[in-house]
This record gives sequence, structure tokens and C-alpha cells, in this order.
Amino acid sequence: MLELAIGIILGCCALGAGICMGIGAIGPGVGEGNAVSKACEAIGRQPESKGAVTSTMIMGCAIAETTGIYSLVIAILLIFVAPNMLVNVLMSAIG
Amino acid sequence: MKSKSRRLSAVDLLLIVLMILPFVAGIVLKVLTAPPSEGISITGARVYFTIPMPIQDLPITEAQVNSVLVLISIFALCLFMTRGLKVKAESKRQHAVEWIVEKVEGLVNENMGEMFAGFAPFIAAIIALSALSSLSTLMGLYPPTSDINIVAGWAILVFILITYYKLKGGLLYYLKGFTEPIFVMTPLNILGEIATPVSMAFRHYGNVLSGSVIAVLIAAALQGLSSLLLGWLPGALGEIPFLQIGLPAILSVYFDIFSGCMQAYIFAMLTMLNVSGGFPEDEYEKRKQKKLLKKQKKLQMNH
Repeated sequence: MLELAIGIILGCCALGAGICMGIGAIGPGVGEGNAVSKACEAIGRQPESKGAVTSTMIMGCAIAETTGIYSLVIAILLIFVAPNMLVNVLMSAIG
Repeated sequence: MKSKSRRLSAVDLLLIVLMILPFVAGIVLKVLTAPPSEGISITGARVYFTIPMPIQDLPITEAQVNSVLVLISIFALCLFMTRGLKVKAESKRQHAVEWIVEKVEGLVNENMGEMFAGFAPFIAAIIALSALSSLSTLMGLYPPTSDINIVAGWAILVFILITYYKLKGGLLYYLKGFTEPIFVMTPLNILGEIATPVSMAFRHYGNVLSGSVIAVLIAAALQGLSSLLLGWLPGALGEIPFLQIGLPAILSVYFDIFSGCMQAYIFAMLTMLNVSGGFPEDEYEKRKQKKLLKKQKKLQMNH
């Protein structure tokens, strides 16, 4: 019974990490794609402003990445930290 | 004249040694304390030793030690670069220093305005510390920026600065700012205020950490692949992971060099924008004039 409980904890942590990273990557992907496409349009319209547009775009991309980074941090916590903690909680609950 | 500027004096050599020595010391410390490990593992910063404290023991970790080593290196670099400055630039060193100072001052003036011109050294220090910390992973050291405690420390410092400059408009004005546009938004505004340092810390730390995690995963994958493909080679030749040579370095160009420098720039940029964006300029001017008027009235009363 204990093995089953620990197995469920480990499996759910891994599943949660995968789902978290998968869904969390959608937003930044779409956002960065939008940003880059608009930047390309702007450069096409005004090629002389390439430098300024590119640096602003990279800055914006890095900020748009933030939500993806949040989900990455949570996924890393779920893989490396949560299993130990939850198993300890389970053990102390059983006594 | 020319030969004199080319030759390095003893102090210069000493400073160069002081620049390199911290990294060497870090590597030696890491090698000496590294536990024998099998295969590839992803762990946090290693704890070198703990100092007993009344409430909770204070662990001195690899990240803290490495960040102090980077600080020493930057200090030596600054001393080296600013040695023998002249009114009219003669040496290459002085030209380089002047270029850096002009660039940073231009950046600060452009983003924060004339009022915050004194922020240039602070911004330069943040950029140098963050970039060099992230780049120290190239020498095999544990990058201090991939530990949240270090980056959270910087973010809290920036948060204190933001709050200090917001309070320049008066405490009442600062508190009133939370109830805008309507008083129902107060909890959300407080949450947004706290989210600034948290998001700054997590952005920087997550980017550097994700780079190192991906590097470890790629290295493990390449090891498996090379033992699968080249395992038929006779003897010890089959055990050497040939595919690991060179390939991870290509990834390192993006994840370590580009991402590290990018995050340093973004951290400095957000510091500048948040500090100057939160500063209530009109209210500050009003308060200043009110104080001046009061002073003048007092002076007239005394007369």
C-alpha cells in the first residue's frame, strides 16, 4: 500500500511538471512570435531602423519569456523538490 | 613615452593576478570539496560549511562564496582599469574606461533622465556583477545567478530603492497611489507592488538555471548516444564519450554567453525603468516648493 502511495506521488509530480511546462510554454511562444513578426514588418518598412527595432525586440522577447520561466521554475520544483517533501509528509502522517 | 605606456608595472601585474586568482581559488575549492559522484545529477548549490546562529544555522553555500569571488575580481578589474588616469587620454586602457563610462551614462540619461544621473555607477555595477557571475560558469564554477537567494538579494535592494524614490512624493501620496483607479483595486495594487522584485528575481534566476539544466540533459543524452554508437570500439576507446566533445560548447554560446549578458542588461534596464517610472516628479516638485515657501515665511517671521 505504501509503495502505491509513493508511486502515485512520484507519478503525479512528473505529470504535473510536464503539463505545467507544456501549457506554460504556449503563451510565451505565441507572444514572442507576434513580437518578432511585427519587428520583421517594421524592419521591412523602414530598413534604416533595424538596429533600434532589433534591440527593443530582444528586450521585449526576454520580458515576454517571464511567464514561461515561471512555469519552468515550478516544473523544476515539482521534479526535484516536491517528491521528497510530499513523501516526508506522508511518512510523518503514517507515523 | 610609447615604450613606457606599453610596459606593465609591478602593480599592474599584481592586479591582473588578483583578477584571475579568485576564479582559480573557486575552481580549487570546488575540486577539493566535490563528492565522488556517479553519472549526471542536477543539484543546488553545495553547502561548504554552516555557521551556528541563535535562531537558524547560517549555511555558507557555493553560490555565496562564488559571488564574493566575482566581487573581488571586479574590484581588481576596476583598480587595474583606472590606474594612471590622465587628463588627456593616452593609453588604450583609459580610452576603454572612458568608452564604458560614456556608454553607461548615456544609457542612464536616456532611460532615467537628468535627475537620476547619479545612478550610473550603480547600474554599471549591477551589469558587471550579473554578467560576470553568469559568465563564471564558463570556467566550470557554479554560477551564483542560478541560485535564487543571490538574485533575490539584488531584487530586494532594487525594491527598497523603488520604494524610497516613491516615498519622495510624501507618505500620503504614496498610500493614495494604492487606491487608484478605484479603492477596490487596493489588494491587486499591493500584489503588483510585491510582484516587481519577485518577477525580477525569478526571471534572472530561471533563465540561468534553465541553461544549466538543459546543458546537463544534453550532456547526458550525448553520453548515452556515443556509448550506443561507438560502444563497439575495442577496450577503453569505447568508453570515451566522443560525441560530448565540442557539441555542448555550441549550446553554451547561447545559454551561457548570450543569455547571461542579456539577463544582466534586462535586470539593469528594469531597475532603471522601475525606479524612474515610480518616481512622482510633479508631486516632488510641489513639495519642494512648499518647503521653500515655509522656509521663507519662517525667515520673514524671524526678521
